[in-house]
Amino acid sequence: MKPAIFEHERMSSIDDVVQALANADGEVRVLGGGQSIGPMMNLRLAQPDKVLDLSRVEGLDGISEAGDRLSIGARVTHARIEDGEVPGTTGAYMQFVASGISYRSVRNRGTIGGSVAHADPAADWPTALLALGGEVKVVGSGGEKSIPLDGFQVGPFTTGLGWDEVLIGFDLPALGPNTKWGYYKVNRKPGEFADAIGAVIIGNEARAVCGATESAPFRVFDIEEKLSGGATELSVADAREILSGHDAGFDDYELQIHAVALSRAIGRAFA
Amino acid sequence: MSDLTININGEHVTANVEPRLSLADFIRDHQRLTGTHLGCEHGVCGACTVLMNGEPVRSCITFAVVADGTEITTIEGFDDDEPMAQLRQAFHENHALQCGYCTPGMLVAARDIVTRLPDADEDRVRLELAGNLCRCTGYVGIVKAILSVLEQRCS
Repeated sequence: MKPAIFEHERMSSIDDVVQALANADGEVRVLGGGQSIGPMMNLRLAQPDKVLDLSRVEGLDGISEAGDRLSIGARVTHARIEDGEVPGTTGAYMQFVASGISYRSVRNRGTIGGSVAHADPAADWPTALLALGGEVKVVGSGGEKSIPLDGFQVGPFTTGLGWDEVLIGFDLPALGPNTKWGYYKVNRKPGEFADAIGAVIIGNEARAVCGATESAPFRVFDIEEKLSGGATELSVADAREILSGHDAGFDDYELQIHAVALSRAIGRAFA
Repeated sequence: MSDLTININGEHVTANVEPRLSLADFIRDHQRLTGTHLGCEHGVCGACTVLMNGEPVRSCITFAVVADGTEITTIEGFDDDEPMAQLRQAFHENHALQCGYCTPGMLVAARDIVTRLPDADEDRVRLELAGNLCRCTGYVGIVKAILSVLEQRCS
């Protein structure tokens, strides 16, 4: 339960990180709060040669609203989101999600950027943010750019981040006050990684996401169409029927819990 | 090896450590503060919970080098802390421990509950305790102890 030997470099700026990534020799990992990579290194599932520590890099902690957009820095912790620092309806949705992530002592360190970059299929933010839509902000050798959250995660622990790029934050929609949202996580004990997640947001558009799959979370367009058409509920049987049309590799039990998660998320949105 | 300066329980400590050393092992093996316990070593059981800059964190999944420049409070550092004094007494009165292995982490988590969530009811206390595993008590005594301190602090 001790990590393999690695080199630790304290970064002082994003430019530092980009340069270190560009000059990387061997496996290099960026360390945010370390609450996912830390356990994986203790279990030796991850054995990076070098760790680039973001804890001294400035400019990653901001939360700000401009018009109908919200900007959230990569190093914002789950605890800050749980405590209501993100404003408005988007904030209420994110507060609900954050409060169900692991435990307070982990939420005090774990970051939203780290969670999305790490891309554990069972983690909350990759699914929750895909339902929200918006963009991931990254910096690499080629400068700064935005990548849509739609399609950002491509598989388990695999994202659209290039090998020389670092995630610096998110550009998210500020949801209107009448937007409905519902989030349902299937797990046996509070704070555990999810066995299944259903996330729905019904505002200007309807988005429904099936998460905690074997791979990346995915949008369920047939459900979105029903919600856009005015549906305010979806039976588990109907959700099952729709999900069985997706090539998600679910066995019978997995199909059931993912259907339940989506059905209950919609139930919560219209409760 | 990396240089490290930490304030542990009010004491200024400098050291040169391997990057892979966890904060928990630094506290126990290098500082000989063995009140912090290690259970699962991957952030699930809560036994290793300490305060970093006043907030509870898992010392088993926090590298010592990352704690550079921070203030750490371990279970040995709460002698003059009012909520912790109340919790110690309440744990004693409510039989909130048996073997005591989870207790240091349980007390640090409990202190966070009574200071951060003054209005917590039993359901909330149980929810907040989900990250600290106890294999002896069935949590009944622990929950009672925390609720009694919440009540004390309210009045």
